[in-house]
Amino acid sequence: MMVHMKPLALLLAAVGVCHAAGKLNVVAATQDLAALAEEVGGDRIAADSIAKGYQDPHFVEPKPSFLLKLQKADLLLMVGLQLEIGWLPPLITQSGNSKIQVGNAGNLDMSQFCQILEVPTTQVTRAMGDVHPLGNPHYWLDPENGRRMAKALADKFGELRPADRAYFAQREADFEKRLTEAEKRWDAEMAPFKGRKVITYHRSWPNFCERFGLDVVDYVEPKPGIPPTPSHTLEVINTMKRDNIKLVMVEPYFDLRTPNSIAQATGSTVVILMPSVGGDKQITDYFKLFDYDINLLVGSFNKVK
Amino acid sequence: MKRFTLVLIAAAVFPLCAAAQDSAEVLSRMKALEDRIQALEQEIQVLKGQPPAVSAAAPAPQPAPAEAPQVAAQSTSVLGGAGGAASKVLNPDVAVIGDFLGAAGNSAGHPTPALEMHESEAAFQAILDPYARADFFLSFGEEGVTLEEGYLTFPALKGGFQLRVGKMRAAFGKVNTLHNHVLPWADRPLVTGNLVGGEDGIDDAGLSLTRIIPAPKGLFLEGTAQVFRGDSGDLFHSYKRDNLSTVGHLRAYRDIGESTNLDLGVSYSRGHSAIAADVIDQLYGMDATVRWKPLRRAIYHSFVGRSEVIWSRLEQASRTATPFGYYVSGEYQFARRWFAGARFDRSDRLGSTAVDASGNLLVNSAILNAALLQDTGGSFVLTYWPSEFSQIRGQLRRTSYGENRTANEFLFQFQFSIGAHGAHPF
Repeated sequence: MMVHMKPLALLLAAVGVCHAAGKLNVVAATQDLAALAEEVGGDRIAADSIAKGYQDPHFVEPKPSFLLKLQKADLLLMVGLQLEIGWLPPLITQSGNSKIQVGNAGNLDMSQFCQILEVPTTQVTRAMGDVHPLGNPHYWLDPENGRRMAKALADKFGELRPADRAYFAQREADFEKRLTEAEKRWDAEMAPFKGRKVITYHRSWPNFCERFGLDVVDYVEPKPGIPPTPSHTLEVINTMKRDNIKLVMVEPYFDLRTPNSIAQATGSTVVILMPSVGGDKQITDYFKLFDYDINLLVGSFNKVK
Repeated sequence: MKRFTLVLIAAAVFPLCAAAQDSAEVLSRMKALEDRIQALEQEIQVLKGQPPAVSAAAPAPQPAPAEAPQVAAQSTSVLGGAGGAASKVLNPDVAVIGDFLGAAGNSAGHPTPALEMHESEAAFQAILDPYARADFFLSFGEEGVTLEEGYLTFPALKGGFQLRVGKMRAAFGKVNTLHNHVLPWADRPLVTGNLVGGEDGIDDAGLSLTRIIPAPKGLFLEGTAQVFRGDSGDLFHSYKRDNLSTVGHLRAYRDIGESTNLDLGVSYSRGHSAIAADVIDQLYGMDATVRWKPLRRAIYHSFVGRSEVIWSRLEQASRTATPFGYYVSGEYQFARRWFAGARFDRSDRLGSTAVDASGNLLVNSAILNAALLQDTGGSFVLTYWPSEFSQIRGQLRRTSYGENRTANEFLFQFQFSIGAHGAHPF
């Protein structure tokens, strides 16, 4: 009997080992979080994402095809701060996957690890536009927050795959080292433009601008999520003329008509910066996101001296 | 006041050690102390703006300059995610959606009020416990309050099943599942009114089991099986406890590209007809939706084309009626705030000319013998969204009713939503 049981036991053990060693399925709400997960997780995870880097992350359609990804996820990473409130909650509920339900180990809101700006301290109403009552969710655009998220991811991956804890810790340390080096390069490139005043379309850049010393004076949108109005556009033009502002930063998913007319009226330049990994084909990881944006900014600042 | 008190204390303490100093130095030191007190007060304000627990792994917070005029100059930098008002934090998400409807023109014997607060829907939604969530939708109409939906959902049972228990809109086709405020029209298609229970549709107390079905790569298949008490407005009626009604739905979805997708469904429902206890009503439905939304300009342009075809089979001993209906609809978003749409309707209707003493149509099983009437309609719709939370809609509707009467109407609608920002159904 024992002789017959042995191959079966071996088979079961092998299946168990294979299962344990299987890649951790990570699904991220955005490509930025998936990119950070790949930095830390290496070949021990399989990372996928829902929103594309060139689409407005506030308005993603909760397509059933996303359920196929979420159904098999061991871990769901989300930006939080209500960025995904219009599409992610029903996907989580409909996925039928207990691991990623709110409150379970496979549901991770990355905002809890990061420095959050623009947290309202007064009563929030919709008269302010589509304001985020818990703070600005575009926090991944500060490398320091990228560093914090990488640490948190190493911890979480280690918790879900204890056998690979050292591997994740080593990858995280390596990521930090490379990030520190890259930051020196980015800081040096942006140093000549510290304190420059800029206009942005939406409030997507507070973390980026604070980190790299840019001063956002006004927005093309009169209020968050509210399309441009002629009167506000005129105000922006007047402000730009008065303060000699020469740059309008626009996200890739906004119409360029108003920014272009502002640029024409003020002799300024419109620069389409990418707020996320995947926004452009060449932005394939977290480092290339900053490389791309800083390169564009430096070129534009030099042009409008 | 606090600052003044601290300055007073400082002023009282200072003379002891300042006796040997001249008054200018004392004043200078008092000024320095006052500055220090102010700085400390500011730090206290910053700390008050933060949640009590800060992740040990995360570095200390750094105050940041405010970017937005509506946020305070202090404490714009918070480390450790979101805080919240402690006393309200476990309250459900609450939203109220108003639907104001107006109508003008010739209604050809199917009148609706000129102006009405058609519906005020109150939604209460929250996660119940680690295993379930609960959703309630109360509908306040002009004639009273109804529970439009109120259910408990177990989202992740063993085997990938999802169980829903309570009162809910049945998963029959597409329109039946949708609340008024997410429809692309001010009304519902004729086929809904004639064959699927009108505005309320199949909306009943029961249980619903849903599961994603394994399918070839890229294809999403989902099956839903539902059992209800058997009471759905003027469609189904439960004459006895075992007069349950059932609904089955199979959905197939596929992305055709990143901008386009196709959504197909087949539905079935069976119940005891409200016409008479011995009349069984079976409904068969097919629905198809094609959506287009270019991701880079998703907030400016989109298209949704949809059609539903419904067959009804009413049987009573030797008598059978098989009314049929469908609609085809398209809605194109041509600017960030503007949508234009059109719909074509055609639906059979059970006909009867027999009236009671009060002039009301007699509804009984004899109706199955009468010839079917056919209604045909067409609408043009223009919708404007001042913001995500309100919309204004105008609809020109022409309906040729089976009794050879034609209605030409203009419907207008204001919809507005306050409270939690819920996700729209896909």
